[in-house]
Amino acid sequence: MEEKRGCRYEFSKGLVKENPLLVLMVGLCSALAVSTKLENCIFMGLAVIFVLVCSNVIISIIRGFIPYRIRIPIFIVVIASFVTIVDLFLKAYFQPIYERLGVWIPLIVVNCIILARAEGYASDHPVRDSAFDGLGIGLGYTLVILIMAFFRELLGTGHIVLFDHTIISLGTDKMPIIFIMFPGAFITFALMVAALKWYQERRKPKEGGESR
Amino acid sequence: MNEVWRYFLIFFGAMMVYNFILIRFIGLCPFFGISNRLETSIGMSVSVVFVMVMASSVCWILWNYVLDPLNIEFLYIVTFILVIASLVQFVEMIIKNTSPPLYKAMGIYLPLITTNCAVLAAVIESIVPGFNKMHVAYNYSFPEALVFTIGVALGFALVLILFAAMRERLELAPIPKFFRGIPIAFIAAALYSLAFMGFAGMFGL
Repeated sequence: MEEKRGCRYEFSKGLVKENPLLVLMVGLCSALAVSTKLENCIFMGLAVIFVLVCSNVIISIIRGFIPYRIRIPIFIVVIASFVTIVDLFLKAYFQPIYERLGVWIPLIVVNCIILARAEGYASDHPVRDSAFDGLGIGLGYTLVILIMAFFRELLGTGHIVLFDHTIISLGTDKMPIIFIMFPGAFITFALMVAALKWYQERRKPKEGGESR
Repeated sequence: MNEVWRYFLIFFGAMMVYNFILIRFIGLCPFFGISNRLETSIGMSVSVVFVMVMASSVCWILWNYVLDPLNIEFLYIVTFILVIASLVQFVEMIIKNTSPPLYKAMGIYLPLITTNCAVLAAVIESIVPGFNKMHVAYNYSFPEALVFTIGVALGFALVLILFAAMRERLELAPIPKFFRGIPIAFIAAALYSLAFMGFAGMFGL
C-alpha cells in the first residue's frame, strides 16, 4: 500500500508541483521552438517521454555499477542511444514530421530535463519509481507544450489542423501572426508562468489550513 | 571578393538573422539561468565561444574522415556529444594547470557547457546536411563551418551580454507581482526577439 502511494506520487508530482517547464525551468528551448503546431508537439512529447522513461529505467538498473566520477558521460551515452533510436524511427516512418522537427530531435540529448532526472532522481532510486518519475515528468512537459501550442496555433493561424483535419476553426485567416512567430512563444510562456504563480498563490492559504 | 562576401553572409546569417537564442530558441537554459549578472554572462560567453569553435572543428574532421567514409552517419549524436563532453573536460584540465586566472574566470561554466544545447546544435548544423536552416542540404567546407560556428557563438555572446545588462536594471523596476523574475524576463526577450526579426531577409538570407 505504501509503495503504491509512492508510485502515484512519483507520477503526479511531475504534472504541476515539479513541472519541468513552468516550475523547474529546464528544457525550455525545445518547448518554445516546437510549440508552433499541435501536431509537432504530440510527436515531440512522445519522443521525450520515450527517452525519459527508457533512460531512467536503464540508469536506475545500472546505478550500482557506475563509478561516481564518470557518471555523467555514462548517462549521456545511455540517453544518446535512445535518442538515436527515436531519430532513426521518425526518419523511417514519419519523414515530414522529422523534417519539421529538424534539429530538435537530436537535441533531446542535451535537453536538461533528461540529464537532470538521470542525475537527480534515477541514479539513486529503484527502477519502478524511476519509471513513474520519468513518465510523470515527461507528461508534464508534454501537457505544457500542448497547451502552448493550442493557444499559439489557434491565435496565430485561426484554426487547428491535426493530421490534415481541421479540428477547430475561428472562421477567419486574419489573425495576429505574431503568435506563431518567435516573440509569441516568449509571451505565451511568460503568461503561463505568471498564471501558475497566481494559481499557486491563491491556493496556498487553503492548503496550509487543511493538511500542512 | 565573391568568396569574402559568401563568408560574410554565412557569418552574418549565423550571428544575426538566425540568432540562436532569440530566433531559434537554442540555448535558452543557460540564457535565463545565468543572465542575471553581467559579469557571469561575460564569463559564460567566452567559454561558449571557445568550446563551440573547438568542438565544431574536431567534429567536422570526425564526420568527414571517419563517420562519412565508413557509412556510420547514424552514430552522429553519440559521437558529437561524447566529443563535446570529453573536450570540455580536457579544456578544463589544461586551463586549470596552465592558467589559473583564466580557470577562475571560466572554470565554473565549463561543466555547464556540456549540456548546453547551443554547442551541440552549432556542431550539428555546421556539419550534418539537412539540419541547417540557412543553407539546407549543403555541406559546409571546413573554413565555412568554422565561420558559421564563430558567427553562432558571437551571436550567442552578444545576446547574452546585452540581456544581462538589461536584466540588472529590471530588478529595480516596478513590476506586477506575478510577473517578477522569470516572466518579465521572457516578455523582455520577446521584445528583443521582435527587434532581431527585423534582420530577416537582409541580404536575401
